[in-house]
Amino acid sequence: MMTEQILELRSITKTYPGVTALSGVDLTVNSGEVLGLIGENGAGKSTLMKILGGVVAPSAGTIRIDGVEHASLTVNSSTGAGIAFVHQELNLFENLDVASNVLIGREPRFGGFMKLIDQKALRARVQPLLDRLGVDFNAGTLVEDLSIAQRQMVEIAKALSYDARVIIMDEPTSSLTLTETERLLAVIGELRQSGVSVIYISHRLSEVMACADRVVVLRDGQRVGALDRGEITHDAMIRLMIGRSLKSLYVPPKQPPRDQGLVVEDLVTTAFANSKVSFTIRRGEIVGLAGLVGCGRTEVAQAIFGVDPALGGRVTIDGKPVKLGDVRSAIAHGIYLAPEDRKRSGLVLDLPIAENITLASLPRYARMTLVDAAAEHKVAEEQGRKLKIKAPNVDTIALTLSGGNQQKIVLGKWMSMQPNVVIFDEPTRGIDVGAKSEIYALMRELSDAGVAILMISSDMEEVLGVSDRMIVMHEGHVSGHLERNQFSEHNVLTLAVGGTIQQEAIEHA
Amino acid sequence: MLRKELGLFLLIIIIGAITAVLNPQFISQINLSNLANQIGLFGLFAIGVGVVIITGGIELSVGSMLALLGIIFLDLLVNHELAWPLALLITVGGGVILGTIHGLLVTQLRLQPFVVTLCGLLIYRGLARYYTADSTAGFGYGSGYETLEWLVSGRVGVVPNAFIFFVAVCLIMSVVLHKSVFGRYLFAVGKNEEAARFSGIPTKLVITAAYSIAGLLTGLSAIFFVFYTQSVSPSAHGNFYELYAVAAAVLGGCSLRGGEGSILGIFLGTVLLQVLQNLVNMLGIPSSLNYTVMGAVIMLGVIADRELQRRRMQKIMIESATARATGKPSAAAG
Repeated sequence: MMTEQILELRSITKTYPGVTALSGVDLTVNSGEVLGLIGENGAGKSTLMKILGGVVAPSAGTIRIDGVEHASLTVNSSTGAGIAFVHQELNLFENLDVASNVLIGREPRFGGFMKLIDQKALRARVQPLLDRLGVDFNAGTLVEDLSIAQRQMVEIAKALSYDARVIIMDEPTSSLTLTETERLLAVIGELRQSGVSVIYISHRLSEVMACADRVVVLRDGQRVGALDRGEITHDAMIRLMIGRSLKSLYVPPKQPPRDQGLVVEDLVTTAFANSKVSFTIRRGEIVGLAGLVGCGRTEVAQAIFGVDPALGGRVTIDGKPVKLGDVRSAIAHGIYLAPEDRKRSGLVLDLPIAENITLASLPRYARMTLVDAAAEHKVAEEQGRKLKIKAPNVDTIALTLSGGNQQKIVLGKWMSMQPNVVIFDEPTRGIDVGAKSEIYALMRELSDAGVAILMISSDMEEVLGVSDRMIVMHEGHVSGHLERNQFSEHNVLTLAVGGTIQQEAIEHA
Repeated sequence: MLRKELGLFLLIIIIGAITAVLNPQFISQINLSNLANQIGLFGLFAIGVGVVIITGGIELSVGSMLALLGIIFLDLLVNHELAWPLALLITVGGGVILGTIHGLLVTQLRLQPFVVTLCGLLIYRGLARYYTADSTAGFGYGSGYETLEWLVSGRVGVVPNAFIFFVAVCLIMSVVLHKSVFGRYLFAVGKNEEAARFSGIPTKLVITAAYSIAGLLTGLSAIFFVFYTQSVSPSAHGNFYELYAVAAAVLGGCSLRGGEGSILGIFLGTVLLQVLQNLVNMLGIPSSLNYTVMGAVIMLGVIADRELQRRRMQKIMIESATARATGKPSAAAG
């Protein structure tokens, strides 16, 4: 097979204020090859792909396409160069048919100024692309009638319609069944045969093993290694993905955990109807919940807190049962959640700090159902002082504060209500370093006061550095528990990808 | 927070002053007294609609509800000769039930408020017309409800009772909306239903209650209007009134996106609308232009408000940005 270099990225660097997302990354793509791109959450894969797609401009470095150098790409020049995306969240119009989606914005027209769409020509142009992919639907099918796997094929057809030479697939199999995954891998094989290159980004290492000709590994925004066809093994990939020096954040608890606490038994969430999740968090310990994005961690947290319904299972606190699917019951038992998306679910951004802090406990500051403004201010000021919320006063609108201070408001809301269990979902995402350590210190303070703490985090440094114990999830089930002496990136990642040996047996049996 | 209301108040004063200069009749005792009566009548249900708008919903069926409930009330009172307190209770209760049904359809079946209440608008109008076979109902020679008649259409001195009642409702609702736990929940749900739910607020109950309150106030309104018009012609009674209510609420600072508004604002919005109506008559503007004047003023008001708010937001963001930039070093030093 003739291989020529289509694309070459040289020492690409991307910095955001205070953060280096990528530093000096090199990447080449040859025609007709499948390049696996792997790395932990936050390693820089998405940023790199955004640079390729022309969405983000690199701070330094060059992009060479067919020998022509560019400092940065635009969306149009990227598309023009034959680079196409198949997104994790599919960007299709469900109300239109397949052909209209594939050629959206480029419809064959007639009728002069009236710009009527030539339906016949539209379908005639799209059908050959679908035939090439060997799909079981046609150009006239409505997208809303298609499964996720079929929609992905529509996206691939769309990529081919642009004469794409490089198709970037970001976690393409995250919502596919086993047979659909195999079908996709077969299509990728056919694309390679016809000279199209694929950049395959996935957490599922066995799929990468199955399809990649070459693997590039990113870690902390740097390219840490590459593997050729013969060298691609689970172990080799994991070894490259980990191994950064982590700062030790760990502060041990003042006393050993007590026996009582939160017990979750056979909890079934709506996201993974076939998996039962069980674990225990004792009062006085911080348990980290690790796993790759989309493994069902947030769903478990939201089911415990009751904002999402649970399909089954039991949750008890100190032996007392909590009514599932009922936030008020969870709150009445002192089980609180600081949600992942704090702007959407944690705060009412347009309300002042004080009103946000008392939002969940307002009846306590009311006499004859009327809010006692003085009592409300008192508790808000007390929390503001304890949590060191930086704001002119507690009447400041939450919207105007920094991410760290907003998170402190969410925490202040729960701290003022004697927590028994606090679930932190990505507690420090988008928060600066100073506020981060304050939040870690607060967690330890709470746990030492006898609160059971569950911390969901995608940040390896955080989850290894703050937790007393760890639960790792993979595709909706608990794939393992780690005690502090077993903590290592290698162990976490191995469990997060489903365990090396078991996964191969399941997926390639 | 009161800036919006103050602006509206000044606008009313200015428009009133100009009208009074052009036609002194405007500030005659009799005109002002009639104006106050109109404000009372139209304000009562506008408060209800405003409460629904604050949750991020809309209530379009109040006009038809006024007709249906008015017809039922007349029928009970005149044809069935029911004691007036009972007839009043049934009518107001009917309003609460209809409002609650709207609320349940919105929260339990997750239907869009616009659709639910638009269907209500059509259904109740049809029912009202069917109930009387499209003929106008009146009091005829009925009697035994003189007390009620005085209560709702009488005057204390020159002040119409309808206005007094409206002011009383405004005061009560002000406390409910701006001082009570329920009121806080109402604004929180309107601003961010998701965060409210994540704080354990019974969001569905709060939203349903807003529609129930709207139904209650519409039921009360229905009785006031029956005595005001003395008869109910089911195809015309209350036509378009839902839009008066929405207009008053929007003029008063309620955002159709929810979470914003005040009772004082809705009160002033109602006053402005009625002043405009009155001004059309007073200044000899062809009454066919009535709606046009109203529409134009609301449009201008909304544009002005939008601009002011945009500037205020900009100022806040700049202030907080500079506060953050200068605040950090001082916090580190302290």
